[in-house]
Amino acid sequence: MTLLALIIMPLLAGLLVAFMPKQNAKVIAVIGTILPIAWFGYVLSLYQWNMRAVDQLDFSVEWFPALGLKLELGADNISMLLVALTLLLGPICVFASFTAITERVKTYYAWLLILQAAMTGVFLARDVILFYTFFEFTLVPMYVLINLFGSTNRKAAATKFFLYTFTGSVLTLAGVIYVAWYNAQHISADHAWTFSFAELRYAAQQMPFSHQVWVFWALMAGFAVKVPLFPLHTWLPLAHTEAPTAGSVILAGVLLKLGTYGIYRFALGFTPDAAIFYAPTIAVLSIIGILYGGLICWVQTDVKKLVAYSSVSHLGFCVLGLFAFNTIGLTGSILYMINHGLSTGALFLMIGMVYERYHTRDMNKLSGLAAKMPVWATFMVFFTMASVGLPGLNGFISEFMCLMGTFQAGDEWVGRSTVGGAAGGNLGPWYAFFAGIGMIITAIYLLFMLGKVVWGKPAGESHDSHGHEAHSNDHHGSLPADLSVREIGILLPLAALCLLLGLYPKPLLRVLEAPTQEMRAVYGRANDRLNELFPARSAAAQESEVPSSSTPVAPAQDLTANIPTTDDHATEGLK
Amino acid sequence: MIEKVQALWPEIALFVTTCIVMVIGLSSDRVIRKMCAPLCAAGLLVAGVLAYLTTPPTAGPLPHMAMFGKLLVAGVGLGLLLLMPGVVDREYEASLENAGATPAGNGKSLRAVFDAIRSTRAEFYSFFLFSLMGLMLCAGADDLIWLFLALELTSLPTYIMVAISTSRNRSMEAGVKYFFLGALGAAIFLYGFALIYGGTGSTNFAQIHAELARQATASGGSINAFALLGIIMAIIGVSFKIAAVPMHFYTADVYEGAASPVSAFLAFVPKAAGFFAILSLAACAGWNFSIDTDGASTLVAVGTRGSLPEALRVTLWVVAALTMTVGNVLAILQTSVKRILAYSSIAHSGYMLVGVIAGPGLDGSFAASGVAAVLFYLLCYGVMNIGGFAVLSCLERKSRDGTMEEADSIVDIRGLCHSRPVLGWVLVISSMGLLGLPPLLGFLGKVPLFSAGLSAGETVLVVILGVNSAIAAYYYLRIAYTALLEKPEQTPGLAAITEAPFPTRRLAGVLSAAGVVVMAIVGGRLAQLAHDAARIDAPSAVPVTSRPRSAPVASQTIPPATVPHGG
Repeated sequence: MTLLALIIMPLLAGLLVAFMPKQNAKVIAVIGTILPIAWFGYVLSLYQWNMRAVDQLDFSVEWFPALGLKLELGADNISMLLVALTLLLGPICVFASFTAITERVKTYYAWLLILQAAMTGVFLARDVILFYTFFEFTLVPMYVLINLFGSTNRKAAATKFFLYTFTGSVLTLAGVIYVAWYNAQHISADHAWTFSFAELRYAAQQMPFSHQVWVFWALMAGFAVKVPLFPLHTWLPLAHTEAPTAGSVILAGVLLKLGTYGIYRFALGFTPDAAIFYAPTIAVLSIIGILYGGLICWVQTDVKKLVAYSSVSHLGFCVLGLFAFNTIGLTGSILYMINHGLSTGALFLMIGMVYERYHTRDMNKLSGLAAKMPVWATFMVFFTMASVGLPGLNGFISEFMCLMGTFQAGDEWVGRSTVGGAAGGNLGPWYAFFAGIGMIITAIYLLFMLGKVVWGKPAGESHDSHGHEAHSNDHHGSLPADLSVREIGILLPLAALCLLLGLYPKPLLRVLEAPTQEMRAVYGRANDRLNELFPARSAAAQESEVPSSSTPVAPAQDLTANIPTTDDHATEGLK
Repeated sequence: MIEKVQALWPEIALFVTTCIVMVIGLSSDRVIRKMCAPLCAAGLLVAGVLAYLTTPPTAGPLPHMAMFGKLLVAGVGLGLLLLMPGVVDREYEASLENAGATPAGNGKSLRAVFDAIRSTRAEFYSFFLFSLMGLMLCAGADDLIWLFLALELTSLPTYIMVAISTSRNRSMEAGVKYFFLGALGAAIFLYGFALIYGGTGSTNFAQIHAELARQATASGGSINAFALLGIIMAIIGVSFKIAAVPMHFYTADVYEGAASPVSAFLAFVPKAAGFFAILSLAACAGWNFSIDTDGASTLVAVGTRGSLPEALRVTLWVVAALTMTVGNVLAILQTSVKRILAYSSIAHSGYMLVGVIAGPGLDGSFAASGVAAVLFYLLCYGVMNIGGFAVLSCLERKSRDGTMEEADSIVDIRGLCHSRPVLGWVLVISSMGLLGLPPLLGFLGKVPLFSAGLSAGETVLVVILGVNSAIAAYYYLRIAYTALLEKPEQTPGLAAITEAPFPTRRLAGVLSAAGVVVMAIVGGRLAQLAHDAARIDAPSAVPVTSRPRSAPVASQTIPPATVPHGG
């Protein structure tokens, strides 16, 4: 129940907004997003971080017994971190919308709160169908927010966003139902159907390789669209650019993380054999995304679009880290989810603030804001640096860990990896090298943007932008030339977190230890199974004398190792 | 003989009601005339209760389908009945009222003015009940002749209901078109029935089933070619009823030509009849006596992995894939909401065919049973379908000739949530339900289809089903978007849209939308009913079953590695 309250509170607040007079909307929205944070404090007091990767605070109610569906909630360390991110961005989005949204206020805040509830639900669900329900349901509020409150091209953007994600995730649904069938058919003792995470994860890992392959791709179909992975990314720049500020913040901050979270939980957790086998393919796609996204950023003149494309590039690192399958890569990747949410969310907020004043996002028209908006410029530089990955700020540590994991993955698994090697193989230095180029590109385009927007010469444009300013002041008399106290209040917590996580990420690294080590152990066993399946592959592994857990694990041991309540298994697969 | 009558109490109740309705609908007293619809409702309620209390298992291969089918008919029939007021005789009744209101008129002269020839109320409501009665008979059919008569009893009244549903020519045209194509379909499946009789020597389902099982045993898996051809032809013919490719051409035109309440009726009643028939025929041909894949001529236990004869499976597979795809793709191209719903009803038939192919499943669970999935989806579709058509039947405008015509274009529903919040939200909820957006009812209906298809190894078909659900998202989203997010705007050159003065239609919509939400939360019991209905007991009349159905025993005999086809 403690966890359910986190979902119910914003949901009820959303419904309340819809049925109460317009004047109350903002107040209810603030309460509806602050209250869950307070409640989260209570949840934290019950939650024990230092436990193993075990779901805590479970909650389970029958939903649809004929199919074995349950309303099942639970939280582990990763869920808690991502819920914390979601909850933090909630009130920030509400506060950031006070001046930007003046029409259809009730609709706006109602859907924003419902979206908040659905996103929290995604991270807490422990029944696959319930997860899928929340995952899909996030589409509706986002669709409405983009469609009603976005900028000029909003309708096309919203439709594309909805259809892309829906199409992908239907295949994901087919994949998880297949796993449920396999579980009922071959694993479950009494042929009972269930969609519970733990049981399906165990069942899926027992599937023969050929089954895992298609389930892996079916699962990836939905999550790769959401992340987005390279060829499926085309909805993202459109949706991010057209969405209202709060919508972009949520999109970048949380919704993209649903994709990486889904990959971590399902594609990696359920089908490790196939994930190892296709890791090079996914990694190549991620690297293309990193480089291609970065190069496109370089030529943007629309600031918001630039930040949107930078998400394509950044999330590439995140996926790369996941598919390194070692603790450092996995930890880095999960950390990256949080950090990207903070810094890119903040960048979208900053751009929204400028847009409210100047009604343009064109870099050529916005140049030289340092003189006009010094406080804004300070924050802008700060968050851009966080996004670039300046050591000392949060982006650096996670990006570095992702690359490090990628680099080491080659040694750790099968020795040399071959790009697109037919017998499988894994990532390695070359992958890290190409991804590293992406870091340089990131620095280039973000600094280029800073140089133009913050310090560029307002030459020739001064008159024009002055005109804009006067114009905007007419419309938004409440907005000062530089940031207001409210806006600074929105940005300060984000900035503080960016700095804190950059300087002292250790607590986070520690809480991520248990889950990533468990995942690493799963991959040790998966790698062994693959080596048995493809003798050429294991020959390559022995050649390079990798002391990875090469003793085949008996199925019975496997069973105990995967049931999350057992204790000592996490170290089992480690050297 | 007497047992057959005992199985028919609900139909008898409906028949009695029909007779009464037929007479009182002609009464010159307005109050008595108006009792038609309430009487129908009472009749359906009684039939529903009787169905629950008295329906015995039939002797056919799906013995428990009858009760579920009859309850379904009674329930959804009540919902459909709420749409029906005002479909016929609206202008005539109004003219009578005007005559009564003139100074010359009083109660007496009003009675004298009524002309039974010009009124169609009695016919309409009695045909409505006749058709539902036929549908109930379909659900309980255990014989080819019975099935044929039941199918025709379902269909024939609908031809007339379409033709008289509006006073326009296009309704007449739709009725005639529907009738001729329906007759073609009937001819095809009747021919198929004849071939089945030729191939098995019986018209009784249980005996056909036993004979085909015997042939399969004797010949190592193949059955009489005539019988197989007959079953395929019968299913193709019946696919007219469910509006499946290649017999789907009439759908959009007929639905568009008929009044919206009648379209709602067409989208559910013949479809349900067709699926009852297809399930019965497929059950005769396969499922519970499938042959081991190694070609050994042993029968596996009833209820184990059910596969249809390969030719039949391939036919159904192609029909299912084409039906979904054609329905959805053509729906995208439409500008009339009614035509969109018509094409989407084609697509929904395609989805349900996946369940038919999957059969009753291997492990006896609900999730693996395609038959249960089809029956449950029929229920879900019946509920969701009413919502969309209810909204359409509420919206109308005055046409140039002074009569009211329906406003069913996509531009007519712009901003419906602002101008008429109740109708707007009903439309949004039911279209999102039909789309299968979790956690609404349509999603829970689709999950068993997915799970049953995958259980039967039909991975490719399930992926096609998934892709089609995504295509469907486009036009359902368009409906929801237009109603919810666009600004209400009047179409220039046309009269303003008004709401039809029949509150029960709005009530039907609200009930349907409530069902889409509420049943998604508490629908487990209904799914259990569908599961029970899909049960295949070891039919005592069939001598060839090698061992009784028992899920644990059956499943133990199959080593995990050999079962899956898919993957």
